Amino acid sequence: MASGVLFAAAGEVGKGFIHERTSETLPCQAKPSHLFCWDWARQNIDRFGTPALQQFELVAISVAVGFAVAFALALLAHRRRWLRPPLLAGTGVLYAIPSIAFFLLLLPITGRGRETAIIALSAYTLQIIYRNVTVGLSNVPASAKDAARGMGMTERQILWRVELPLATPEIVGGLRIATVSTVAIATLAVFAHAGGLGTQIFTEANLHFPTSILIAGGIAMLMALSFDAILLTVQRFATPWRRVRAS
Amino acid sequence: MPSEEVTDERSNSGASAVRYEGATKRYGDSSVAAVDALTLEIPAGEICVLVGPSGCGKTTAMRMVNRTVEMSEGDILIGGESVRDRDAARLRREIGYVIQQIGLFPHRTIAQNIAAVPQLLGWKKERTEARTAELIELIGLDPELGGRYPAQLSGGQQQRVGVARALAADPLVMLMDEPFGAIDPINRERLQNEFLRLQAEIGKTVLFVTHDIDEAIKMGDRIAVMREGGKVAQYATPAEILMDPADEFVEDFVGADRALKRLALMRVADIDLWKAPLAYVGQPTAEVRAKLASPDVEVPYPLLVDSERRPLGWLSERDLRADVVPSRPDSPLGPLLDRDDVMRDALADLLQGEAQYAAVADHQGRIAGVLSVEIISEFLGSPEAKTEEHGAVERPHG
Repeated sequence: MASGVLFAAAGEVGKGFIHERTSETLPCQAKPSHLFCWDWARQNIDRFGTPALQQFELVAISVAVGFAVAFALALLAHRRRWLRPPLLAGTGVLYAIPSIAFFLLLLPITGRGRETAIIALSAYTLQIIYRNVTVGLSNVPASAKDAARGMGMTERQILWRVELPLATPEIVGGLRIATVSTVAIATLAVFAHAGGLGTQIFTEANLHFPTSILIAGGIAMLMALSFDAILLTVQRFATPWRRVRAS
Repeated sequence: MPSEEVTDERSNSGASAVRYEGATKRYGDSSVAAVDALTLEIPAGEICVLVGPSGCGKTTAMRMVNRTVEMSEGDILIGGESVRDRDAARLRREIGYVIQQIGLFPHRTIAQNIAAVPQLLGWKKERTEARTAELIELIGLDPELGGRYPAQLSGGQQQRVGVARALAADPLVMLMDEPFGAIDPINRERLQNEFLRLQAEIGKTVLFVTHDIDEAIKMGDRIAVMREGGKVAQYATPAEILMDPADEFVEDFVGADRALKRLALMRVADIDLWKAPLAYVGQPTAEVRAKLASPDVEVPYPLLVDSERRPLGWLSERDLRADVVPSRPDSPLGPLLDRDDVMRDALADLLQGEAQYAAVADHQGRIAGVLSVEIISEFLGSPEAKTEEHGAVERPHG
C-alpha cells in the first residue's frame, strides 16, 4: 500500500476510505478527459502485483471456508429435513446484508485485517453454495436411490457414491457463482484493511484519474473469468456422463 | 467407506426358499394392515408372482423380504434364516433387486452398474470384471456397450442391465417389482421370454410383482392373487387359478376370458393332434382316395408332403381327379405351426389364416399332425381340461 489508509466514521464512507496519493505527479494530466493513460499504466503496473495476489488469496480462502461450512450444513439438512427452512433463512439473511456495512459491523468485533474480510466474504458464499448443494441432492432420481438401497448400500455409501456424484453439476455450479461474486465483493475488503485490488480502486486520486480503477477492475474481471473457466473444466471432467447423448 | 465393505466372498450359489410367516405391515398406528399376516412358502428356484389390483400391498409384501420395508409383526425366512436377524445392508447384497424405474446409476458406465454389488462385497478386480463380462454376454448385450452410460441405451437394454446388475453377485433370491411395466408391449414380451430362458438356466427363487394377470400367468410357477388389505385370495399354480378360482374376487380378477388364458399355458405338443391322410408327389391318386375313404380318417383333405414328409399344401377334389398327385397343390398350405408353439398363438394363427386346419411340424420340419379349431374348442370344453393339468405347469421355457 502506497500510504496509510484513512479511517473515518462510517457516515463518511464516500470520502473516508480513500488512499492519499497527493505527493504523486500524474502523467496524462494535459488531457484529464483521457479514460486510460497508457504511460501511467506502463510505469505503475508493478503496484498491482501484491493487491492482485491478496485478492486471489482472499477469494480462494473465503470460497474454501464458505464451501466447507455450506456443504456441511447442506449434508446436515439432507438428513434432518426440519433444518432446511431455518438454514435457508439464516444463510439468506447473511446474504442480504450490504457488503460494506458487513465489513464495518465486523470491525469492532474481529478487528482489522484479513480474518475479518474472510469471515464476511465466506458468509456471502453460504447461501449460494448451500442452496445449490441442497438442490443437487434433491434432484438425484429417487429410482437410483431406491436401487442403491435395495442392493445393500448403507446411507453413507448412497450419499458418497450415488447422491453426491450426481449432484456434482449443481454443486460446482454453485461454486462458480459464489467464486465470481466473491471476486467482485473482495475488492471491498479494503474497508476491512485486508488489502486486495480495492486498494487500487478506492483512492482519492482515482476520483479524477480512472486508469488505476480500470486496471484493478480488469484484473478482477480476468481473475473471475479464470476461476470460472477452471471450475467449468473441473465440472466437465468430473461429470463425463453428462457429455454423452443417447445414441 | 472400506470399513463397511464385506470382504467374505460367498461361495454358496443357487437359490433359497422364502417363507412368509404371518408377515404383517402396519403404517403408523393404523388399525388397517397394508399386508395382513401373510403366510406363503416359495420353494427354492421357483418364480412366485404377487399379483393384484393397485393398493393390495403386493409391493409392500415383496419389499419386506429385503427389509426396504420393515415388517411390523411376523417373520420372513430365507433358507430358514430370519431376515430380522440380519444386518439390513448385508442382507440386501444377497438379494437381487429389480424395479420398474430400473434405477441404473446415470454416472456409472454399464459395466460399473453391473459391478455395483460385487464392489460392495469387496470382490477382487479380476473377479468382478470377469463376472461383469459374463453377465453382459448372458443378457445378450454387445460387449462394447459395457463402457457406455445408461443414457446411451434404449429402455429395453437398460432393463436388461437392471436384471444383470441384480444377478451380479449370484443372489439367493431375486425381487422384481413390475420389472417390465415401463417397457413397450413388444419389447416387454421379448424381455419376459428372455427372462424365462435365463431363469431356466439360473433357477433363482424369484418374487415377481405385477398388476397384469397375463404377465403373472406367463411368468409364474406359482401365483399369489392378492386383494386389498394385503390378504392372499389364492395361492396356486397358474393352471389351478385359471381352472379353479378360489372365489369371486379371483374369478373377476382373472377375467371372463380365463378359458382362453389357459391356452397360454399349453403348447401344441401337449394336445392330441389329428392325422391327415398324406399324399406324395407322383403317387397314384387312387391310393390317396383309398386313404380318404377309410373310416378312421380325421381330416377330410389329403396333405401333400415331399419325400422328407415336409408339408407342401392341401390337395383339392380337382387335384384328385388326375391320375397321379401333382407337384403343385390346388390349395396353399396356410398356417404352419411348430410343436413348441404356445396354444394361444396357434389359435391366433388359425384364426388369422382363416383356416380350419393347420399342419404342425416337428423340429426337422416334418409333419407331426394337424391342429384344428375343433380340437381346441373340444379341449376347452372337456371336463378333462378342467381337472387335469395337462402338463400345464410346464411353462414354455424355449
